[in-house]
Amino acid sequence: MQTSVAIKDLAIEFGAVKVIEKLDLDVGRGEFVVLLGPSGCGKSTLLNAIAGLIDIVDGEVWISDKNVTWSEPKDRGIGMVFQSYALYPQMSVRQNLSFGLKVAGLPRDETEKRVGKAAAMLQLEALLDRKPSELSGGQRQRVAIGRALVRNVDVFLFDEPLSNLDAKLRNELRVEIKRLHQELGNTMIYVTHDQIEALTLADRIAVMRKGIIEQFSTPHEIYHRPANTFIAGFIGSPTMNFIDGKLTEAGSSMTFSGTEGVSFDVSRHPELAGSGGRDVILGIRPEHMVLGESTDPEAYKAKGKVSVVEPMGADTVIWVDFAGGMRAIRMSGDPTVSAGDSVDFHFPPERVGFFDQQSGVRIRITAYLRHLY
Amino acid sequence: MNVSVSAPNSATIAASAVQLARGRKPHRLTAGRIGLYAFLITAAIFFLLPAYVMLMTSLKPMDEIRDGAIFAFPRTLTFEAWWAAWSSACTGLNCNGISVGFWNSIKILVPSVFFSIAAGALNGYAMSFWRVKGANLLFAALLFGAFIPYQVFMYPLVIMSATLGVYNSIAGIVIVHTIFGMPLMTLLFRNYYAGLPIELFKAARIDGAGFWRIFFWVMLPTSTPIIIVAVILQVTGIWNDFMLGLIFAGRENQPMTVQLNNIVNSVTGERVYNLNMAATILTAAVPLLCYFLSGRWFVRGIAAGAIKG
Repeated sequence: MQTSVAIKDLAIEFGAVKVIEKLDLDVGRGEFVVLLGPSGCGKSTLLNAIAGLIDIVDGEVWISDKNVTWSEPKDRGIGMVFQSYALYPQMSVRQNLSFGLKVAGLPRDETEKRVGKAAAMLQLEALLDRKPSELSGGQRQRVAIGRALVRNVDVFLFDEPLSNLDAKLRNELRVEIKRLHQELGNTMIYVTHDQIEALTLADRIAVMRKGIIEQFSTPHEIYHRPANTFIAGFIGSPTMNFIDGKLTEAGSSMTFSGTEGVSFDVSRHPELAGSGGRDVILGIRPEHMVLGESTDPEAYKAKGKVSVVEPMGADTVIWVDFAGGMRAIRMSGDPTVSAGDSVDFHFPPERVGFFDQQSGVRIRITAYLRHLY
Repeated sequence: MNVSVSAPNSATIAASAVQLARGRKPHRLTAGRIGLYAFLITAAIFFLLPAYVMLMTSLKPMDEIRDGAIFAFPRTLTFEAWWAAWSSACTGLNCNGISVGFWNSIKILVPSVFFSIAAGALNGYAMSFWRVKGANLLFAALLFGAFIPYQVFMYPLVIMSATLGVYNSIAGIVIVHTIFGMPLMTLLFRNYYAGLPIELFKAARIDGAGFWRIFFWVMLPTSTPIIIVAVILQVTGIWNDFMLGLIFAGRENQPMTVQLNNIVNSVTGERVYNLNMAATILTAAVPLLCYFLSGRWFVRGIAAGAIKG
């Protein structure tokens, strides 16, 4: 894939605070990349650095094979959409859309053509002569997207564009942004703290924490093979169940033992080979836990007492007291158990991931073992 | 403790009242309320009385004033004093009325208000959005300047304006007003712009607008509320100024306040109270009108001005 945006050795400081120290990121042409992370992780700062709106301390920013590290925002070939819409309040929708083109000195007919095209794409034609104050939140954000659209840029930057909208509008506009990306094929970099937005929109997600990209991969990989417990816990709702335990090796068999006498034979996990005596965390997502007894001899079987039942319409989350903590089980449909019941449940080995207790890093198959299996 | 003993008692009383409660909460006129209104009305009358006496006196002929009934309505209503105050009252040898001062004040007021607000808006904009190096230090210095008494600056300012050749001229007094208005105006606009989302500025930069274009096309059009507040503060402040006008404007350009003082304090012959009153009301008319017309904006102006202390 051709590179559209490349960040090399980026460092950003606010006074004495080092927000980002040494960050690299490559975004392919036409790719939709989501920067995801909790607030204060530096994702918006990174986006602002790509846009050229903040000063960087070190590193390079390349957009469309041009070094734009020292370029003005307008010369970088970017359009940006902000959380607070940032529409010019005294200008009509039409003036808002055409302001940038006017500044650039574009001829009037070309300006009108582009504004018309953007308005048609975003269903803004009927609103062109209104002021931002006369628009709803969703309409305002569509105008803001249109303002980036008319600039005919290579790269779109979104800074939490849906965070100010209510849930219903957020879903609608999310779909619209996805459709827009499919239609235009532009590179898009999208900052959010909302995992649903990240999972639904992204070709690749960069999960950030404390100015560092912890994992940069497809939504599927991030969800199913999170690189560490932070990512595993950050993505998914309810969050992944983490069960602390210790591995003990006896001959060719490996046993995971947790509190309350919990014990699983985990010999079939190749990544655990040679890890006897290690303190680990067993991670399993709520939807991979199944209520009831299992006939599968390989499944990990467990028992627990139901403490809370949360019906959510399409599915139900059942909180079970197990191995020293509340564990979530997601079942589809209406609840079949109620609080206080003792229940059997089980989960398949292939859905389980192990993390090192000390570092939180996922335990992976080493190169040597990968060769063997 | 006492509280815990009496608590169940008061709770039962409250409970019985709550049981009867239904619909809109009733307005009850208590003794405290009546006392409050009585006090407010008395205070209002107390402060309005001088204005009433002024107005009445200005509408009376002199021989009626000599009777000494200052609260009485005029028996013969006359606007002669008003006309004389406007067009023929004497200050020294000139007998052209206070209208001369009025026009001088206008000539001082309009450019002073314009330039002080323009300077304040520009300063506030630059400090809020452009992260100028040393902006905070400059702002602190500006505010510090606002707390130093006027009088301290007078002599150096006179020398400076004389050196620049603008002493005793409209230009001189306008410059002085602009300088003295700068701290408050800068504070006002800086605080206002600090309240605008920074994204507005960022969006304009991505659209390719520079320093001046963002100021004139994006920031100024959204500044109407604060501009109105600034105009109110500056119009009343500059119009009411006496000392700066006296010192810097020169004899030819003395503002209305200075001229009013000259008329009222002229010691030759009889004191023409009706004319003095009329001239005073005329002088006070502009800020008064400003207060009345601006309404709720004026309250905001006071609140904004209160930051200064």
